[in-house]
Amino acid sequence: MDRFLRESTAVVEVELIKLVRDPTQVFSRAVQPVLWLVVFGQVLAHVHGIYTGEVGYLAFITPGILAQSVLFSAIFYGIAVIWERDLGVVHKLLVSPALRSSLVFGKAVSAGFRGLVQAAVIYLIALAMHIPIRHEPQAIFGVLAGVLLGSGLFSTFSLIIACIVKTRERFMGIGQLLTMPMFFASNAIYPLDLMPDWLRIVAQINPLTYLVDAIRGLMIVGGESVHGYGVDFEVLLAVFVVLVIVAVRLYPTLAE
Amino acid sequence: MNTNAVSNGLAVKATELTRRFGNLTAVNHIDLVIPYGEIFGLLGANGAGKTTLIKMLTILLAPTSGTAQVGGFDIIKSPAKVRRSIGYVPQLLSADGALTGYENLRLSAKLYGLPRGERLARIGEALAFMGLTDSAHKLVKTYSGGLVRRLELALAMLHRPAILFLDEPTIGLDPVARHSVWNRLRDLRRDYGMTVLITTHDMEEAEALCDELAILHAGRVAVVGIPSDLRTRLGAGASMDDVFAHYAGGVIREGGNFSDAVQTRRTAQRLG
Repeated sequence: MDRFLRESTAVVEVELIKLVRDPTQVFSRAVQPVLWLVVFGQVLAHVHGIYTGEVGYLAFITPGILAQSVLFSAIFYGIAVIWERDLGVVHKLLVSPALRSSLVFGKAVSAGFRGLVQAAVIYLIALAMHIPIRHEPQAIFGVLAGVLLGSGLFSTFSLIIACIVKTRERFMGIGQLLTMPMFFASNAIYPLDLMPDWLRIVAQINPLTYLVDAIRGLMIVGGESVHGYGVDFEVLLAVFVVLVIVAVRLYPTLAE
Repeated sequence: MNTNAVSNGLAVKATELTRRFGNLTAVNHIDLVIPYGEIFGLLGANGAGKTTLIKMLTILLAPTSGTAQVGGFDIIKSPAKVRRSIGYVPQLLSADGALTGYENLRLSAKLYGLPRGERLARIGEALAFMGLTDSAHKLVKTYSGGLVRRLELALAMLHRPAILFLDEPTIGLDPVARHSVWNRLRDLRRDYGMTVLITTHDMEEAEALCDELAILHAGRVAVVGIPSDLRTRLGAGASMDDVFAHYAGGVIREGGNFSDAVQTRRTAQRLG
């Protein structure tokens, strides 16, 4: 366990150094959520076309947009892994005696920290737009925990895809193919109740739905978690563990 | 200096080592023996099986059949022990350009489990040995090609492995940087008793640096010997290029595939 923590921390440490040294990537990814909230959200909020209960539409989609930005930035993390493979960095890591699980877990936690920066940006946008945000420390910690877990989950999913496709070109195609359907087949920008039955079933097995559900209850004044926080976090954690187990098996194939 | 089991006096002993990719047999029943303390060269045209062989010996790739002992440990039964006994410099530039040389070394020190109290001293020693002390805190992406290669040697030697594997270590380097890498490799052997296995296309490098060579052709060992002996065997006045052409497939021909070429170019480009 000691060894696992030491090795994972070493991986996280260098990723954080890189993040601090070049934060532009994280901030440039904040542009998209701004568009969704400021343009899409504002317009649809005026239409009143989607029933979101007591919570206004803009407040309703804010957690959805946060989860979306977590998903989008984490899913393209596989590109970085393929880049590292092309550079030989992956070979260097895999030749070392470090546990494969520490390498995979360390990368997931690093993606989690990137997600936290996204969360901070969206909190700031939400405050600027006077969206009713919960300020209790435990609620904010809950959101951050969800973002860490969600980023880890989607980045590990992305790592698995990278291990299977192995080239950037193929990854770009698949990345696009996965992210938009995952986003639309979730409760991010409309409630599950409004979906046709088949879509609701898809949404129920989509981990993004549970991330949005947890964040919606924890982030927004009057927001509620439909499934309950226990279910949300349990589902996210279980999916994350399964993905890490798969990724640990596949990661070494990147150096073959 | 090396602390590994020297059970049979051999740094590497491959037995019937084979790797297939679909219908292609990249490495075909190779038997190879490398004594401790040698600088051993692995030569062959692109696609002859050099990189596949090195990947199996460094446990990046599982053999289809056969096995090998590296540093006295079996690559299939004791992969973790083999990993602790070896250092590896891939053909690609594996140092992280977004980090400083020191940060790259610190990551390696932690992944190899060097005790906390020793890390700083070992990193300092590796930096000094490779002549990198002044560049330690500069970002690696600002390094010259020769400096990057020396940093990679520092990374590979940090945990004092018994055996170093280097896949075309001087590709894309200018002559000065190339000689500097050769000298460091000789020093590693002299001061740390390391066994060095390199792959190369460069006949001058093979003759100047290696105690012994194996030329691979189509996944098999075509010949093993001391460079000067190999030349003599071919007749008076034979050059290393002649030796290579003779054993590596008759004539020096264009080998490799598109991805080999892309990879080599990319490495050369990064080395500037």
